[in-house]
Amino acid sequence: MAVTAGAPLRRGVLPFIAWRPKGRTATLAVYIVRRLLWMIPVLFFVIVITFFLMHQAPGGPWDREGRQLSPAVVNNLNIKYGLDKPEWQQFLLYVWGAAHFDFGDSLQSPGQHVSTLLLESWPYTFTLGAATFLLLVPIGVGLGVIAALRQNSWADYTALGMATVFASTPNFVVGILLIIVFAIGLNKLTGGNFYLPTGGLPEPYNPFQVQLLMPVFTLGALPTAYIARLTRASTLETLRQDFVRTAWAKGLKGRLVVTRHVLKNSLIPVVTALGPTFAFLITGSFIVETLFSIPGIGRSFVTSIESRDYTMILGTTLLFAVLIALVNLVVDVLYVFIDPRVRLSD
Amino acid sequence: MAQTLLRLEDLHTQFFTGRGVVKAVDGVSLHIDVGETLGIVGESGCGKTITALSVLRLVPEPGKIVSGKIEFRGQDVTKMDDEEIRDFRGNDVAMIFQDPMTSLNPVTKVGFQIEEAMTAHNRFSSSAAKSRVIELLKRVRVPAAESRVKDYPHQFSGGMRQRAMIAMGLANEPSLLIADEPTTALDVTVQAQIIQLMKQLNRELGTAMMLITHNMALVASLCQRVVVMYAGRVVEEGPVEQIFTSPQHPYTWSLLRSVPRVDEARKDRLVSIRGLPPDLVNPPPGCKFHPRCPFVIDRCRVEPEPPLEQVATNQVARCWVLMSNVKEEDIAAAKTSALSLDAAKILKQDLAVAPVDEVPSNAGN
Repeated sequence: MAVTAGAPLRRGVLPFIAWRPKGRTATLAVYIVRRLLWMIPVLFFVIVITFFLMHQAPGGPWDREGRQLSPAVVNNLNIKYGLDKPEWQQFLLYVWGAAHFDFGDSLQSPGQHVSTLLLESWPYTFTLGAATFLLLVPIGVGLGVIAALRQNSWADYTALGMATVFASTPNFVVGILLIIVFAIGLNKLTGGNFYLPTGGLPEPYNPFQVQLLMPVFTLGALPTAYIARLTRASTLETLRQDFVRTAWAKGLKGRLVVTRHVLKNSLIPVVTALGPTFAFLITGSFIVETLFSIPGIGRSFVTSIESRDYTMILGTTLLFAVLIALVNLVVDVLYVFIDPRVRLSD
Repeated sequence: MAQTLLRLEDLHTQFFTGRGVVKAVDGVSLHIDVGETLGIVGESGCGKTITALSVLRLVPEPGKIVSGKIEFRGQDVTKMDDEEIRDFRGNDVAMIFQDPMTSLNPVTKVGFQIEEAMTAHNRFSSSAAKSRVIELLKRVRVPAAESRVKDYPHQFSGGMRQRAMIAMGLANEPSLLIADEPTTALDVTVQAQIIQLMKQLNRELGTAMMLITHNMALVASLCQRVVVMYAGRVVEEGPVEQIFTSPQHPYTWSLLRSVPRVDEARKDRLVSIRGLPPDLVNPPPGCKFHPRCPFVIDRCRVEPEPPLEQVATNQVARCWVLMSNVKEEDIAAAKTSALSLDAAKILKQDLAVAPVDEVPSNAGN
């Protein structure tokens, strides 16, 4: 019949287009592969925007304060790093290199690959960010849930008050206060052992040692407060839902009403917010890394921008873009498992 | 004599708001016998739902049962401790809510939500509960019940969700099922199916039912007895045929007049009850219905609220006037004008000048 004629024909002519994998796992795998492939054009545009914006900025990598380099030296450096070529050629060369995972040499650290530098500094940032995240989730979500379940009690007011204070205090204030109180004021008590000395990292490096406490607190205070407030609002809203009343009317125990019916729903928006928060944490904070002398990527990124270290800027931006895209992908996939209403479209 | 299952005595449930105390349920007394179906009717905001929620002690904040007795099989529900009331809910008395679209947890499988209603109590073992879920869904006529148990609520239609809610309500074979506007959110054909289903279940299982609705047709087809509520008070109560053929309270009369009836000639206009239910923080003095009553007399305004008095066998009403005392012509006038009698009299004079075409409208909502 005319109605059914189309499908077998299309399948016959273009079998690879009509082919669709079957089953949930296969759909998920196809979805993930598609999203990963989509990252290629995304990263390309990230390069386009970063590259041309960066070159728009006045000054260049060889400008110095006070005594300038001689024109001959600058010329040689430009030739060495290909900066003598027209901008579009430089751009194409960079894209070509990036496609082969060659992100060039740093302009300010001669002879060092950008990828090597990033791989050296990012682990510090990542461990700090991940440690912060591991504390942030239970504390932020826990405070939010407790505040919501005991709305208008002293626990609620305390949690909400703390969240409001930390959500509105910039991290440089928190960090400096911590340093003043613990590292300077209580120096005798702590032996100055609350943050990394400017001399460098102790060997072997252990991310979970006590030195991380202050930077973790400084980095995590604001996002924890934000997550706590979000969790509280979301849980309060869910508590008023009809299906929660249904759960009570069934005679369920309070604990089950909260875990099975309230939290399973109220934490969905929290998971959505945790994704970008994680991305924010593992891409480093210039202020926290500077205050606590952590040789991480957040600090090196700002330094590279100041010194017009073009390849470092591009490399770091690309790393951030990849991290954010991956985190978003993880959140989207997680969504399928926590909310049955979400379907992956193929 | 039938055995009394649930008895409410002088129940007061109030909401303590910033604006003042809202007397949502103001001295309600009623009873349901074993296996009986009782209809509670009235407009929105007259305390029907809060009465039902009070029975399960699920009155939302800032509401509170202030005084009165709720006796279920002789046990006072208001005096139960936390564990007793938990085991009472869903086990002795189950409740079905108005909107099936929002009354099921969207992220939990329908089958599990029904199973959970059983595992919360001790009547069925956890393995028995599992197999009973399919049986229950079949009983409420969910097609392909075996596969639907694994579905989520969003995969169910509105009617199917309400069936699932009813299955959940029946899970523990409660002796009383409270249905709060069970068909309001459904379309008409589905409504008929749900009513049919509830009727059948009541007959087969002998479950008593408290049906809360503003739909008179639903009451007529399902209930044996009717309680009419207005402004948190019972204003009339009696067997369903009696209430339908000779309502004594003008409010009941107006409610009945506000819906079209198939069995009557279409000569009568539909009567809309003018105005809104009173503000329950500051109810009017005297009879609370007097500002809206088409047959109001001075006594209604001046004297304190009339008591519930016997007006016929098994029928009580809270009114000074009573419909049996209202003159035919006044009823006719109220019918034609759909306004109060005073306004109708003025209108009658105007009618001599120019015909007024009044659009009939439905009371309730």
